Amino acid sequence: MSTTAHAEDVHPVGGAPAHDHPSDLKYVKIALLLGLITTFEVATYFYEDASTTFLVLTLLPMMTAKFLIVTGYFMHLKYDNKLFRRVFFFGLILATVVFLILLSTFAFWGDEYFKYLR
Amino acid sequence: MTDAAVHAPAAAAGPSHHTSTGLSNTKLAMWVYLGSDCLLFGSLISTYLLLRHRSVTGPGPNQVFDIPFTSVSSFVLLMSSLTMALAVAAITRGDIHRNRAWLATTAMLGAVFIGGQVYEFTTFYREGLGYTTNIFGSAFYTLTGFHGVHVSVGIVMLMSLLVTSLRGNLGPERAETVETIGLYWHFVDIVWILIFTVVYLIP
Repeated sequence: MSTTAHAEDVHPVGGAPAHDHPSDLKYVKIALLLGLITTFEVATYFYEDASTTFLVLTLLPMMTAKFLIVTGYFMHLKYDNKLFRRVFFFGLILATVVFLILLSTFAFWGDEYFKYLR
Repeated sequence: MTDAAVHAPAAAAGPSHHTSTGLSNTKLAMWVYLGSDCLLFGSLISTYLLLRHRSVTGPGPNQVFDIPFTSVSSFVLLMSSLTMALAVAAITRGDIHRNRAWLATTAMLGAVFIGGQVYEFTTFYREGLGYTTNIFGSAFYTLTGFHGVHVSVGIVMLMSLLVTSLRGNLGPERAETVETIGLYWHFVDIVWILIFTVVYLIP
């Protein structure tokens, strides 16, 4: 039997959570990945010629990736019971839909919004 | 065979919850709360997006934001998520000393983030952006202030866990308590991931 502590080898004791946890090393690797993505995000700030469209198209996927990594690994949604995932994403999707409708109601996406501001 | 030997495999597999779902009600309640908190922050972020360019007086986002400074704050909060995950992993293994160390580190990183936010707010105020200066200031301070309150509540909960642990009342049998508070802390981090991109980085 191997003595190496892999993710699946980290067994809970007593009243500990029933699902598997990633190993400490994996957590550190995930944090490094998050730090790397953040570095790329901040780098866009120094790219002065970047258009808003370019920034939205590059920053939103990076933001989404960070969001999913933290919820999946640090919050254990990847490993935990599916009910937790459904409960959380129900609230998240509801919030997204409601506030996209709100922004659309105020014509946030088109030129009309900015013309209205002027 | 003794009773202890009979029940040993069940203990190793984790706790059994005598609930209708078979899951921990506390943990489920935390997930329901976090799902509902998405609506709170969704409303604050969309309000900010609608109002930030509508100011006619006072400084706007381009005049006050210090992206390098906020980037460091964001990195600090991101790393606090790592230390929180390590704290949960430590208590799950029954390593109480490391659990205490990681809890203390997480609380300290959270305090550094709050210190950075206080410094940022003070600087903005000195540059002429008060809460009622313009509509951008009101929306910005409300959004980031609410997030700061969430972080502060998280720090209080972490310190409570630490004190409980130092009193000897936080063993591996209560790992789920640490995990549940950890969920709250990670949520605070993911909200900041959204705020940092939408408020600070996208012009």
